[in-house]
Amino acid sequence: MGTKQLVSTTINGEPSQFLCEARQSLLEVLRNETGLTGCKEGCNNGNCGACTVMLDGQPVNSCLVLGLEVDGKEIQTVEGIAQENELHAVQQCFLEGAALQCGICTPGFIVAAKALLDENPLASEEEIRFQLAGNLCRCTGYDKIIRAVMEAGKQMAETTTS
Amino acid sequence: MKDFDYCAPDNLQAATALLAEHGDRARVLAGGTDIIVQLREGLRSADCVVDIKNIPELMVLDYSSSQGLTLGASTSCHRVYTHAELPTAYAALVDASKIVGGWQIQTRASVGGNLCNSSPAADTIPALIVHQASCQIHGPDGSRDVPVADFCTGPGQNILQSGELLVTLQLPAPAANSSSAYERFIPRNEMDIAVAGAASWIQLDSSGETIEDARIALAAVAPTPVLATEAAESLRGKPANEESFAAAGELAKNVASPIDDMRGTTEYRVHLSSVLTRRTLARALARIQQGQG
Amino acid sequence: MSQETKQASSNGKYRVLGTRPVRHDGADKVTGKAIYTADVKAASMANGFVLRSPHAHARIKSIDTSAAEALDGVLAVMTAEDLPDVTDKIADLGEGSVNLAHLSNNVLAQDKVLYRGHAVAAVAAVNVHIAEEAANLIKVEYETLPSVTWVLDAMKDDAPLLHENLYTSSGGEKADTASNVGVHLNFQQGDLQKGFEEADAVVEREFKMATVHQGYIEPHAVVVDWNHDGRIKVWASTQGSFTCRQQTAEVLQVPLSHVTVVPCEIGGGFGGKIAIYLEPLAAVLSRKSGRPVQIVMRRNDVFEATGPTPGAFVRVKLGATKDGKLTAGEAWLAYESGAYPGGMLGPGCMCVFSCYDIPNALVDGYEVCLNKPHIKAYRAPGATQAAFATESVMDELAEKLGIDILEFQQKNAAKEGTRRVDGPVYPKVGLVECLDAAATSDHWNSTLEGPHRGRGIASGFWFGCGLKSSVVASVNSDGTINLTEGSTDIGGTRTSIAMQMAEVLGLDAQDINPRVVDTDNIGYTDVTGGSRTTFATGMAAYEAGLDLQRQMTERAAELWDCNSEDIQIESGNFVSSSQTATFKELATELFKAGEPLVGRATVAPDCSTNGFGTHIVDVEVDMDTGKVKILRYTVIQDAGKAIHPSYVEGQLQGGAVQGIGWALNEEYFFDDDGEMRNASFLDYRMPTAYDLPMIDTIIVEAENPDHPYGVRGVGETPIIPPPAAIANAICHATGVRMEELPMSPPRLWKAIQQNQDGN
Repeated sequence: MGTKQLVSTTINGEPSQFLCEARQSLLEVLRNETGLTGCKEGCNNGNCGACTVMLDGQPVNSCLVLGLEVDGKEIQTVEGIAQENELHAVQQCFLEGAALQCGICTPGFIVAAKALLDENPLASEEEIRFQLAGNLCRCTGYDKIIRAVMEAGKQMAETTTS
Repeated sequence: MKDFDYCAPDNLQAATALLAEHGDRARVLAGGTDIIVQLREGLRSADCVVDIKNIPELMVLDYSSSQGLTLGASTSCHRVYTHAELPTAYAALVDASKIVGGWQIQTRASVGGNLCNSSPAADTIPALIVHQASCQIHGPDGSRDVPVADFCTGPGQNILQSGELLVTLQLPAPAANSSSAYERFIPRNEMDIAVAGAASWIQLDSSGETIEDARIALAAVAPTPVLATEAAESLRGKPANEESFAAAGELAKNVASPIDDMRGTTEYRVHLSSVLTRRTLARALARIQQGQG
Repeated sequence: MSQETKQASSNGKYRVLGTRPVRHDGADKVTGKAIYTADVKAASMANGFVLRSPHAHARIKSIDTSAAEALDGVLAVMTAEDLPDVTDKIADLGEGSVNLAHLSNNVLAQDKVLYRGHAVAAVAAVNVHIAEEAANLIKVEYETLPSVTWVLDAMKDDAPLLHENLYTSSGGEKADTASNVGVHLNFQQGDLQKGFEEADAVVEREFKMATVHQGYIEPHAVVVDWNHDGRIKVWASTQGSFTCRQQTAEVLQVPLSHVTVVPCEIGGGFGGKIAIYLEPLAAVLSRKSGRPVQIVMRRNDVFEATGPTPGAFVRVKLGATKDGKLTAGEAWLAYESGAYPGGMLGPGCMCVFSCYDIPNALVDGYEVCLNKPHIKAYRAPGATQAAFATESVMDELAEKLGIDILEFQQKNAAKEGTRRVDGPVYPKVGLVECLDAAATSDHWNSTLEGPHRGRGIASGFWFGCGLKSSVVASVNSDGTINLTEGSTDIGGTRTSIAMQMAEVLGLDAQDINPRVVDTDNIGYTDVTGGSRTTFATGMAAYEAGLDLQRQMTERAAELWDCNSEDIQIESGNFVSSSQTATFKELATELFKAGEPLVGRATVAPDCSTNGFGTHIVDVEVDMDTGKVKILRYTVIQDAGKAIHPSYVEGQLQGGAVQGIGWALNEEYFFDDDGEMRNASFLDYRMPTAYDLPMIDTIIVEAENPDHPYGVRGVGETPIIPPPAAIANAICHATGVRMEELPMSPPRLWKAIQQNQDGN
C-alpha cells in the first residue's frame, strides 16, 4: 500500500506513462499526473458526468475508474477532440449555439456528445436527451446544448455522405 | 480514500485464491461503479481489490435461441442492451440494463456486479429473477449453481461465502409466445435509484388470448428483491387483459414490505408496486402482440 | 474557424448589439484549456482537507490534533485558535455590513458547531488522501445539543437556542430576550382592513418550502500562497474577487493590500460563491507549511457547508373586487437564515407583492436561525419563495372570481408610478409588456388537450442592482482594444461587455479582447451577481469607449489641425468637415504620432434595473404516481435591451430550469438528528436533460432609461415564476392546489388521493 505502480497507456493517440497509487482514480491521475485538467470533478461519485472521458472507445465516468485499470488501454479526453488546430463539429456548434455558460460541464458534454454522434449522427432529440442524462448542467437548462448536438450531428452526417 | 492493494488476475483460480486469502478484506472490482464509491465514502473497506475484468470467463456474452444466454459476471450493461437479439429474448433484462445509471455508468457497470452489490433496489435483479437466471459461482471448494431468486439475503448481503466469486449468469432459452418488461419508478426520468421496481414475464397460450404462465418480481419494496408468487400464479389461465393485470397488481402489494425513507413512504411504495406490476404486465403483452416475443 | 454571427432582433438600430458573436473565451472552454481553480498548480503545492462536524448542534469540548500532526506527509494542521479574534467587529463588505465574528466562526467553529458540516479543523498534506486520513485522526470531543431544522419550530419559545447573544432586531429596536429570530421586518401601505372589506373575494393560503441549493457543478476551490514577504495570493472560484479579498483580509486581520485575489474561471455560482469558506483555511495552512495550499470541497460538503437558499413558511392573503381589481394584500413570512443571522428576508418581503398595484398591503417577516448552514443568495434570493405563495393565490383568486388569470394579472400589473409596499415607486418597467407578450404568444394561444394536463402562468420581479465597476481599455497599435475588467465571467458577460464597447466605437466584437483580471490589476469591481454585470460593467465599458473617443477627438484635432468641436462621432467614426477616419485608422495613426491611448471608466449606478418576467407552462400529471411531466415551457422577460440574445436566452432557460427543479424535486432531507440525508447529486435531484423539453423564450425590450443602451439585468428573475407556474398548471390538471415545495411525486400523489377521497 502507498506504493505507486507504473501504468502504460495511450492518451489522445500518444503513448503515455504515469505512476499512481491504487486508490487514485483515473480522473485524479489525468488531472494531476498527466496535466490534462479538461475533465472535471463535480461529484466524485458518478452522478454528474463532468469527468467523462473515452476509455477504449466508450464514455466512462473517470472518477469511477482506477488509474491502475487503464494499463494497456486507450483514453481520449476533451483535449484530444480537436484535430490539430481545427475544432470538431461538436465543439464548433457548442460555440456558435452558445451551448455553454460557465463551461464546467462542457468538456464532459463534448466527449459524450461526440461519442453519441459518432455512433448515431442523426439521433433524435429524445435519444440525445436520454444518452446525455448522465451529464448534468446547471447553467443552460440543456436547451442550447441539445440544439448544438443536433446541429453537429447534421453536419457530421453530411460530411460522411459527401 | 484509504489505500489498498490492487491485483488483476487473469484466471479464475488465481482470483479465488486471492479472495480466499484475504477473506472479507478483499473486494471484487468489476465495473467499479458501486464499489469505488463505497470504498471512497467508507461504506465498505478493503485491503485488497481484485480486478476480475481480465478473466475471460467473466467477460463472455454468448447467446443462442436454443441454449439461452451465458453472461459473464463483469460483462457490462452496455454490451447487454446493444446486443442484436437480447432486447427480444430478454426484454426485462435489457430494460433494466439501459437504466442502471447513465450511459457512462452502463459502459462499466455489469449485471453481475449489480447482483453482487445486492441492493434491494437493484434494477437488474427482478429481471434476472423473472428470466429464471441462475448463478455459476466458483470458490476454493469448487463450483456451485444458485438461482438468482435465492442469491440476495438482505440489503447488501448475499450467499457468497469467503473466497467465492460469481463467474457467469445463465438464462434459459426464451419460451415461445412470451415476453417481459422491467419498469421502475423514479422521481426524475434517469439517474435515480428505484423507489419501486417491477419485472414481469408472461407466456400466452397458442390462442394468444390467455395467460399460460407468469412471473413477477419487485425491487425496492423489501429487504431483498422479491418474487410476487401469488400474483403471478393468479394470472395462469386468465385472459391477457387490463383487468387481470390490475388484479395481479393488487395481489403483488402483499409481498411488498417497504421502508419509509427519503425516497418514498411505505404507503407510496406499496401503491407503486401494484402500478408497476400492472404496467409491466401490459408492456410484456404488447411486446408479444407486436411480435417482439 | 468560422466566426459567423447571426443577426437577431437588433431592429437595425445597432451594429453589434443584438448579434450573436462567439464568446471570446469559447475556444478555451470547449477544448479543456480553461483554468478553473482546481486546475491551478503551484510549485510545491500541498493539498488541504477540512474536518467537519457530524452533529447538527454541539459544544466543542476539546480538539486533539496530535495524531494528525504525527502522520507522515502532513505539513500543517489548524483549528480556530489559528484565526485571530474578531469578536465585535463589523465589516462593510460593499453589499452591506457583515458580522465578522459570524463570518470567521462559519469558516472555522470556535466553541460550538451549529450545523452538520460546520468546519472544525483543517489539514494540509502532500496529497489529498493523506490530508483526509489525517483529518480523520483528529479527535474532537463534542457535547451534542438538541437541534432544530424547521423555521416555525425554531421560532418557538422552547426551541434550542443557537446564539445566546442574538436579540430580534425590529424597527431599529432590539428585543430583550435572546431568541433565534434575528430580524423582524414590517412594511405597510394604505388601510388593510378597509381594503379587505372592499373585496368581493378573498383567498388565503399557507405555503411551506424546503431548503434548496444552487447546485453549481464546480465545488468551491481555492489555492492560497502565503508568501514569505507576507503577501497572500489567492486563486479562487469566486463571483467577486474584491469581496473575496476583503473578507479574507478581515478574517485573517491582515492589511487589505497584502491580499491579491485571482478569479479563476468559475463553474457556476448563482449567489453561492460570494461568501468565503476556504480562503482563510488555505491561507493559514500555507503560512504554517510554507507552501501554497489547494483545498477543493467535496460535493457533500458543498451541500452541507456552503450557503443554500432559505426554507420558508409564507402565508398570503389577497382580496379583489368582482371586476378583478386587487384591493388588499397581506403576507406573513418566516425565512430561515441558517446558523447565523443575516439572510434573504428583506428581498422576500420587498418582492412578495412587487408585481402588482395593491393599495392596501401589509408585509410582516421574520428571519430565523436554525441548525442548517448559513443561508446565502440563490438567484433572486427570497423572491421565489414569496412568489410561490403570491402567484398561487392570484391563480386561485382569479378562478374564484371567474376571471382569466392573465387578464387578472394585466389588470393589476405594476407599472410606472406604482408604489411597492416597501416604498419605492417604479420608473418605466416592462411587466405589462411581458403580460401582453404572453397573451399573444403561441404558447398561450395553443390548445392543450388530453387528460390530466393543465396550463399555468406566473410572474416575477427582481430588482437588479447597479453597484461599482471599473474598466480599463488599452488601444493596440492596430486599433484593437485590450479591455480589462474585474467582473468574473460566469455566463458570457465578458463578451456582452465587450460588445457594448464595440458598439460605441464602431468596432466588431472581435476587435475587443476582454480579460477578467485580478484585484491588483483593475479598479474596484463589485460581484458578478445581482443581475448587474452586463448592466453596470457594460456601462463602464461604454463610458470607457466614450473616454477613448474624447481623447482621440482632442488628438485628432491636433493631427487634422482643427478644433475638437469640429469633429463629430458618427457610428464610431471621427468626422470633420474635411476628414473622416474609422476608429482603427485613427488609432493606428495616433499610435505612430505620440502617447499610447488608454481609456478608463468607473461607474456606481445607484438604481435598480427592475426585471419583470412571466412564465407559461403546460404539464401532464401521472395520476397513479404523482409524477409531473413538463410538456411545454415559455419564458417571457423584459431585458430592456438584449445585448447578446443567446446569452440572455441562456439566462432565461437556465434560471427557469433551476426553478423547475426547485418546484418538482429539489430539497434538503433532514433526519431527526438534523442531519442531511441526501448530500449528493444522486438524491439531491436536479433536472437532467432527459427531464425537460426545449425551453422557449420571448425577450421583451422595454428599455431601461438608466442605461445608455436600455439594458436591464436579466440573470435572476427567471428562477422566480417556475414553482408557482407549475403549481398553477398542476391545479388546472388535477384540481389539487399544492402548498408545499417541492411538489415531488409522493407528495402530489398523496394530495391527489386526499382530493379524490374528499370528493
